Amino acid sequence: MAVLIIGEHNGSVLNPSAANLAAAASAISSDVDVLVMCQSGEGIVSEAAKLSGIRKVLLAEGEQFSHPIAENVSAQVLQVAKDYSHILFAADSFGKAASPRVAAKLDVAQISEIIKVVSEDTFKRPIYAGAAIATVKSLDPVKVLTVRVTAFDPVGQEGTASIEKIEAVLGTSKVVFLGAEKVESNRPELQSAKIVIAGGRGLANEAEFAEMEQLADKLKAAVGTTRAVVDAGMAPNDWQIGQTGKIIAPELYIGLGISGAIQHIAGIKDAKVIVAVNKDPEAPIFDVADYGLVADAMDVIRQLQTKL
Amino acid sequence: MKILVPVKRVVDANIKVKVSPEGTIETASLKKAMNPFDEIALEQAVQLKEKGVAKEVVAVSIGKSDSSETLKVALAMGADRAILIETEEVIEPLGIAKLLKALTERENPQLIIAGKQGVDTDANQVGQMLSALCDWPQATHASSLEVIGDKAKVTIEVDGGLETLELTLPAVVTSDLRLSAPRYVTLPMMMKAKRKPQEVIKAETFGVDLKKHVELLTVEAPEARKVGVMLSNVDELIDRLKNEAKVL
Repeated sequence: MAVLIIGEHNGSVLNPSAANLAAAASAISSDVDVLVMCQSGEGIVSEAAKLSGIRKVLLAEGEQFSHPIAENVSAQVLQVAKDYSHILFAADSFGKAASPRVAAKLDVAQISEIIKVVSEDTFKRPIYAGAAIATVKSLDPVKVLTVRVTAFDPVGQEGTASIEKIEAVLGTSKVVFLGAEKVESNRPELQSAKIVIAGGRGLANEAEFAEMEQLADKLKAAVGTTRAVVDAGMAPNDWQIGQTGKIIAPELYIGLGISGAIQHIAGIKDAKVIVAVNKDPEAPIFDVADYGLVADAMDVIRQLQTKL
Repeated sequence: MKILVPVKRVVDANIKVKVSPEGTIETASLKKAMNPFDEIALEQAVQLKEKGVAKEVVAVSIGKSDSSETLKVALAMGADRAILIETEEVIEPLGIAKLLKALTERENPQLIIAGKQGVDTDANQVGQMLSALCDWPQATHASSLEVIGDKAKVTIEVDGGLETLELTLPAVVTSDLRLSAPRYVTLPMMMKAKRKPQEVIKAETFGVDLKKHVELLTVEAPEARKVGVMLSNVDELIDRLKNEAKVL
């Protein structure tokens, strides 16, 4: 029984989620390999080889992996799938796009967003936006899983895995990557930040969001928001926290002017400390908050900016 | 061009389901609605028809007979006809994808627009599985979609921003929240929809393998958070965060 984890990267650096995936994999088996697919992977694979508990790093290099096209990624995973009893992807946009393809081609189920490994074939996962936790048992010979990375503490960096180059599959001609609009930011990532500051509809305009961002920068925090704010065009989509956005688990979450729809709460309730600031004392976010403050969000942002 | 849109009947997304002490989720009495992401997918398909890009929009639902209620809403929103693939069983995403593939072979759509995930099981799998089984290209979590000749130009939401892909049709696209804003369904729209054709096919007639791959062992309520405290001002908040929670 061996486990394959898929190591994501941005073209030059291994995504830190690989260390969380390695932790989930280690709970299943002691034989854990990483597959890295990229255009040119020296730096990425050496980082992957350092992850504690990794046996070997497989590297498939080629132009077809210069962008994460799900068709190419899944075809490459299928190429090596026969050696593994478990295949783990992070439950992010990359893993969600590719993993069901792998499962379908293997004629097995894909189990989404596991938060706990109970045994090698049994896993816990949230359903109904986290309103319930299901324990499910796979009946398949190969388990294709996506992993909620915030639910697993990352492994260390004491590994000395070997690196093995494998033949890269041909890329699909049916998908052409036309371009990307990536938000460049020096802020920490929402899913790895210790502090997350999130603003909702209680903030009136982009200028007010800019003030919230200044506060976030002062605290070295990531910034997040709700669906309504993204829909209104006041924040980019990758700020969205919630059932269908990002699931976060920081030490501290501060929700400013957020009422707390079920879907948003689903994304924040793994935070260690939740602070809610809202003018409406009936706002549902207060039900999950450790500290609540009935106040105007902008007023609180400005006070925190001067007092911290 | 024909567009196929799968729609699922789910517990209304505004309702917070509760786990009973026996470890079950009683959904029979709860209000049902079309899965919000499927509504968005359908709206996009209907808009493509209204622009003259698509000739026909076919909505399909797989489930119990009451899924026909959801299909009526799909017809009211502008689908031309509806197909119910009827089954009493709970079918897993792989089985749903296999049934949709079988239907695709009969219907020959050039585009399938599906919701990215059902808000009940939160799986986010069917579109990708269908794409893989059909060997059609996919674009998941789409926020915009344009059809130009035999290509679809799709902007997708990814961690860190947006990407734009060009797919050669036929293709599968899954909708994210911002792909479209579903229209409000009025009573006259519902009345008019009654005249549109709705076909019922038993799931077993497709002869696809619907065996179980995953066994549901238990369902439990998540751990409750401890009850918090309401504070009176920012100074108190800062003090608590620094000295009690020790997170600042």
